[in-house]
Amino acid sequence: MKITRRKFLIGTTAVVGAGLVIGVSTRRSPGEVPGTRAGTFQPNAYLQITPDNEIIFQMARAEMGQGVYHGMTTIIAEELNVDPSTITVELAGVHPDFALMLGQLTGGSMSTPGSWTPLREAGAAARAMLRQAAANEWGIAPDQVEAADGILTNSNNAETFQYGDLVDQASLLHGEEITFELKDRSEYRFIGQPSKRNDAFIKSTGKVQFGMDVQIPNTKTAMVVRPRQFGATLSSWNAEQVRELPGVVQAFEIESGVAVIADDYWQARKAAQAMDVQWQDGPIANLDSEQILESFKDSLHNDEAREVEAHGDVAVALADAPNVLEAEYDTPFVPHSTMEPQNATALFDGEKLELWAPTQGVDLTQKVAAYYSGLDADKITVNATFMGGGFGRRSYMDFAGEVSAIAMQMPNVPIRLVWSREDDMQHDFYRPAAYHGLKGALDENGKLLGWEHKVVSNSIMKVLAPDLASNMLPDFVPLTVARSIGTTLGGFIESRDPTMTEGAVPPYSTPNLNVSSVLNHQGIPVGFWRSVGSSHTAFASEIFMDEMANAADADPVEFRRQHLSSSDEHQARFLSVLELAVEKAGWGNAPEGIYQGFAMHYCFESYVANVVEVSVTGNSYKVERVVSAADCGLAINPDNVIAQVQSSIIYGLSAATKDPITIKDGGVAQSNFHDAEVVRMNEIPKMEAYIVDSDYDPTGIGEPGLPPVAPALANALFAATGQRLRKMPLKLA
Amino acid sequence: MATFILNGEQATVDVDPTTPLLWVVRDHFLLTGSKFGCGAGLCGACTMLVDEISMRTCVLPVSAVEGRSVTTIEGLGDNHPVQQAWVDHSVPQCGYCQSGQIMSTVSLLKQNPNPSEDEVKSALSGNICRCGTYQYILAAALDAAGRMSDQFYDATQSETENSEEGAA
Repeated sequence: MKITRRKFLIGTTAVVGAGLVIGVSTRRSPGEVPGTRAGTFQPNAYLQITPDNEIIFQMARAEMGQGVYHGMTTIIAEELNVDPSTITVELAGVHPDFALMLGQLTGGSMSTPGSWTPLREAGAAARAMLRQAAANEWGIAPDQVEAADGILTNSNNAETFQYGDLVDQASLLHGEEITFELKDRSEYRFIGQPSKRNDAFIKSTGKVQFGMDVQIPNTKTAMVVRPRQFGATLSSWNAEQVRELPGVVQAFEIESGVAVIADDYWQARKAAQAMDVQWQDGPIANLDSEQILESFKDSLHNDEAREVEAHGDVAVALADAPNVLEAEYDTPFVPHSTMEPQNATALFDGEKLELWAPTQGVDLTQKVAAYYSGLDADKITVNATFMGGGFGRRSYMDFAGEVSAIAMQMPNVPIRLVWSREDDMQHDFYRPAAYHGLKGALDENGKLLGWEHKVVSNSIMKVLAPDLASNMLPDFVPLTVARSIGTTLGGFIESRDPTMTEGAVPPYSTPNLNVSSVLNHQGIPVGFWRSVGSSHTAFASEIFMDEMANAADADPVEFRRQHLSSSDEHQARFLSVLELAVEKAGWGNAPEGIYQGFAMHYCFESYVANVVEVSVTGNSYKVERVVSAADCGLAINPDNVIAQVQSSIIYGLSAATKDPITIKDGGVAQSNFHDAEVVRMNEIPKMEAYIVDSDYDPTGIGEPGLPPVAPALANALFAATGQRLRKMPLKLA
Repeated sequence: MATFILNGEQATVDVDPTTPLLWVVRDHFLLTGSKFGCGAGLCGACTMLVDEISMRTCVLPVSAVEGRSVTTIEGLGDNHPVQQAWVDHSVPQCGYCQSGQIMSTVSLLKQNPNPSEDEVKSALSGNICRCGTYQYILAAALDAAGRMSDQFYDATQSETENSEEGAA
């Protein structure tokens, strides 16, 4: 049994086996953790227990639909040994104890694996302190105290306390060593059980509060008019006219454009539309999608690539091979199109700034607000709200910067900044467009001899670097300096941006491999989009794998099996999702008129395999069914895993089948859901999702279901028609 | 001035008559359950019932509901069978589209109490969900239809029993 001795600080990521943990709980001063009440037992930053036996959990990740509000509550509830539905969950504010890999930023499907151990330890330590407190009251040893469902029981005589009865006594134990054990998986009452979401009621009754819904008396609504062309600058605007419009309170310039503030949304919107703004062309005034594509192709064929991963010697292997297959794949810019457009609310009282924002990182929001307001971060409070979708978009704090700048110019006036759908569509941080060159060859046995994948794309990290640096560097570094360091680092990182080739290294055994990247950054804002690099690399690599199977005259699934070995841990997990998906889909036994395609991918530590079935009529097709198999380690709530897989399928199908974002005259041509369409209810396939029974620790599932959707669909369309589609959106000739 | 019935009560508001009903309800009556998603009648997040029929209120001027009855998600209460089905099936993910989905479903079931799967899909094709909860919405809508049919059946059964007792 492993014994680990640690100072009990939440936020460390050292992994502890299911063994004895010895720690020391440090007392927090009241008010230090946002949401702290006086008179509670606060064993750590996450938990408070009130004298009325209420358990309050600071849920320190962004709930954007992916289910952490329920899942993370379930984890801590398990070790506290109470039903998760009895816990009061609050959306946590900024506190260093909540920081995991990238501070408090929610993304990369990291919430569950990152908080798996910290939350279990937090719950178990709290329960241990309560048992010790009860043991002290009864004069017995703590192992004679049972703690379950809010009740502590003396096993000798069945006397009880409620957890909340011992708030004072448990609080006295701060600073003393505590010993506790995490539950064994076999003891779990809640983790692993299908369960209903704890936020379903508020979201079915109009009670849930999104960013747009925050109600503060006397709020004014702000909108910003921005140039459609990226990089254009303000020349002139009709300030006097705008300020005279009905309901307009103020109008002035900010960094991103012209802000107009009015009594309500409709008046702000009308004023924004009445604005006559002249913009000065910037450096990409003439840029369009056709030029970008030509530039990408040119980069692929002529620019030096940066090697990301290699073994063997692909150049030699391909030069010697009798038949070399080459293919190029085209993946466009795609919008996030969160249902709730970007927004935030802020109030500056002359000294302090308070924000309410739907954000994927409250700490990052605080730092960006500090930069744009000129205030120190400790003068800024950020209140998290629920959000109408995130998908990576709300990691970019432009809305926080704008609302802060506006609020500072209007002290004591609460400002609600609202983006229209047009604003949102045209001022996104898009999934980067990418262009892929694949080359492969087979050996004399029809197996992979060599595999080369070159990715041409934009850099995401370059765009985010100033924000990240301002959040990650120590507080004594002034924000302007931190951001400048970030910009420099961003410039250094961009050609090495790992997100460009994320997911491009195939799992399949091959003696010669080369994966490389070529930076081609066109000046279009790009960012994290659900599954990030895998959203485009998997499209290329999993179609190409089918093309290689075809060249080997082999069934696509069997061809993959031949390149995976169960004696390799990573490949074995691929095999298990492959077998589960093909079994449940009846691979090879589709009825007349139904054609099947297969793809699978590893993304953010989880594995997903998809079988997609299509029917075709002329040059139109229908996605009939998608069968998915997922391995995300231990499934905290199997119901939510299935929901997330379906969610990823639908989100991925929109990108795979609908017209993309195109660039025209240096800006985005699309503006709303009529020209940037998404999958609607009457277009959905039947979806089935199956979960691999796994001994591994939990890994995320918010994103991994997405990458294998588009390539499996493309592969199904090939089976149906013989047309090899290598471009998203997928359209038959 | 516009006067209409809002969730069963008389409502009067003094605004520009072209103001969309969505913004009158959100900004003036502070009922924020109905959502803003597109401002162009394309996404369905703003759906309310006007005289029992679902309407996209982000493009419906308040003048058009003069004297009419408007029902929002708040007006359903908390325990409408459709809402109960939504909770039982854990339909919502982010939840932003769900008020509109629910109102569209209530409207559908008023007009077509026993819809087929295709009829539900068609009726709700105007309500976008970016989290992709569609298969869950479908199951919950069909389940709600069943429950509401059962309630109607139970009500008529007990009426028959009472009248038989009365007669005996």
